[in-house]
Amino acid sequence: MLEAFTEFFRQLADDYPRWNFIFFHEPRQWARIVKGLQHTVVLSIACVLFSVVIGVIGAWMQSSPSVWVRRIVQGYIQFFRNTPPFVQLLFFYFALGQFTPAVTAPDGWTQVPLISNIGWAIISLSFFAGAFNVEIFRSGIEAVPESTQEAASALGFTRLQTYKEIVLPLAFRVSLPALNNNLVNLVKTTTQAIAIAVPELLYQSVSIWSDYPSAQYPTMILLFFSFIFLVGILVFGMSRWERAMRIPGYGG
Amino acid sequence: MSQNAWTDDQPIVSIKDVHKSFGSLEVLKGISMDVMKGEVICIIGPSGSGKSTLIRCVNALNDIQSGSIKVEGQEVNDKDLDKLELRKKVGMVFQQYNLFPHKTALENIMMAPIKVLKQNPADVEKRARELIAKVRLQGKENAYPGELSGGQQQRVAIARSLAMNPDIMLFDEVTAALDPETVKEVLVAIKDLAEDGMTCMLVTHEMGFAKEIADHIYFTDRGVIVEHGPPATFFDKAEDPRTREFLSQIL
Repeated sequence: MLEAFTEFFRQLADDYPRWNFIFFHEPRQWARIVKGLQHTVVLSIACVLFSVVIGVIGAWMQSSPSVWVRRIVQGYIQFFRNTPPFVQLLFFYFALGQFTPAVTAPDGWTQVPLISNIGWAIISLSFFAGAFNVEIFRSGIEAVPESTQEAASALGFTRLQTYKEIVLPLAFRVSLPALNNNLVNLVKTTTQAIAIAVPELLYQSVSIWSDYPSAQYPTMILLFFSFIFLVGILVFGMSRWERAMRIPGYGG
Repeated sequence: MSQNAWTDDQPIVSIKDVHKSFGSLEVLKGISMDVMKGEVICIIGPSGSGKSTLIRCVNALNDIQSGSIKVEGQEVNDKDLDKLELRKKVGMVFQQYNLFPHKTALENIMMAPIKVLKQNPADVEKRARELIAKVRLQGKENAYPGELSGGQQQRVAIARSLAMNPDIMLFDEVTAALDPETVKEVLVAIKDLAEDGMTCMLVTHEMGFAKEIADHIYFTDRGVIVEHGPPATFFDKAEDPRTREFLSQIL
């Protein structure tokens, strides 16, 4: 069965030289794709989680009584939202990377930077998407009536308790559709980590088609399908979540 | 702490010469009143006369510019005010109920005792169920606020406030947003409370109810107390022309 499958694509490559699905009939190329996919998944999951955490904390800080805290958050948003993530990646890795200390690698011999390129990609992309998440959660928070928070405060809740127990759960529900969009974008933006040589799916794909120009279009098609699949999982999970959080008699 | 000096022969709420402005608009222009433990007082008056602002100052939802508000001897007009301590003593019910929409009726009631007072959830649940019964909402424990009528939501809000075991209850026009047919069920719940000896401060437009339930009625207009007295004398022998005009319009 598998033999017939690989044979089909080998024959296809022979008959039509521009359609060499090399990863389907050469195990070494397949291994590259698998490795790329693993990195893309790790990058996506880490960035989704961290960017949501950044969004939650940032939105909380934005409602701080201190004007300086609010200004810092505002400055952060302006910077990360209004500059290209590609340049952010380069800047984080090359400019900031030189200040992080090096540590001895497990081989006891080589010196490696404390934060790897994957580490920097996670940091940089999380802050990038986090800036949008702050704004998304802020709009959700603004949809929670002041009077509801006042009721919590009259019951003795502190500002943090009110945020955690009342504001956030309500704001989250309002924010989910917009958050969904941003996270979909984030998963796709992980391909830009190619800028700092993170061996994710695009990086591996480019490597393959540099080695085998005949595999260029097939690899692009594989990229499309991989992302349709990955984003599909995310969207499915998010809509399940949205449904689970629906409150009877409240909102849409 | 000096607040321990309070004993219940002194006013439980003592308001002295309170001034409050929103920007350049002065809403309270020197209000004073004393409320004794177990007393029910009603504050009435035209819209914008500062009634709601006044009771919101009692639990520090609004701050005041000058004057003094003491709750069981604790000064509210104090920048180092221990708000939690104050809010344990003072419960409040709002015009718009303000229930937590993502929690069931029972959870709404249980939340503050568990999160704020750190009480044992099992004990809290037992008491919450008793409170549900007290406001006659058995069977609605697991309903979300969006599934309840206005009157039912307001009764949950009363139970939620009572779950904190307050000494004083503030009611801010709690029937103003209700359909006429559900007003009564909320008033009955308040009346039960008053009869149990709870100290209550109500801002209300329900004159008949005020007359029936209040020990003392205050009439405010443009930020001052124009006239006050027990219901019998207040409604029948009002002296100030402003009070008489207001009563003639409303009764």
